[in-house]
Amino acid sequence: MQVPILKQGSFLIASIQSVLSDADLLQLRDDLADRVGKSRSRGVIIDVTVLDVIDSFATRTLRAIAHMLKLRGAETVIVGIQPEVAFAMVQLGLTLEGVGTSLDLEEGLTFLDQRAKRKVKDAK
Amino acid sequence: MPNEAQIPISSDFDIVAARQQGRQLALKLGFQGGDVTLIAAAISEMARNIVDHAKKGEMTFERIQNGTKNGIQIIARDDGPGIPDVNQAMQYGYSTRRGLGVGLPGAKWLMDEFDIVSKVGKGTTVTMKKWLT
Repeated sequence: MQVPILKQGSFLIASIQSVLSDADLLQLRDDLADRVGKSRSRGVIIDVTVLDVIDSFATRTLRAIAHMLKLRGAETVIVGIQPEVAFAMVQLGLTLEGVGTSLDLEEGLTFLDQRAKRKVKDAK
Repeated sequence: MPNEAQIPISSDFDIVAARQQGRQLALKLGFQGGDVTLIAAAISEMARNIVDHAKKGEMTFERIQNGTKNGIQIIARDDGPGIPDVNQAMQYGYSTRRGLGVGLPGAKWLMDEFDIVSKVGKGTTVTMKKWLT
């Protein structure tokens, strides 16, 4: 099942709609790498609210996506990790090191806005 | 849904299906949200091990009882290459592939009981249990 990617200003929002297979996640990775270039996006939000489990493969892939997009000039923030999912990730020893996370879509947008402002300030 | 289910595992789609089957049975047996997610995560890691290392195998989920205790038992079985050094495979961060090496040790942490039997050239069977508290 394909993940729809919406453009919101200079950001992209990938809103996962259903449980994903490994192949779907890899497809999302490729789609985002492509879309970030086409839309010249500075930031990407991946909404994982509906995911019932984030296992080692999903963690590895989300990390890979964030690092890839960084190389393409965009910040990534993962939003919507549910409390039980976070608990299971901690039990499994899984971390999203180096990847931005926010509570929900709204917080994710604020996070990216702040990152964008900081970049402009640093450049001055 | 009866108190047991069996599902063949041979692709990444089966990993999703196994997780859903296990989740349904766990809910039916009375496990609560947090525990159901832990069980689903353990199933996911074991199903992935089958696909990655053995190509195909099967998983069974069933209700178990011990005195007044109720629980769920999950068995992941394959006829794959087997694991030469089980102790090493159980070490956190050890992976023969490009994985994170958390599958086996992680699943052990998530469940109450965990047992692995592996014979090189014959295959691997992982039995995991979680009890209702």
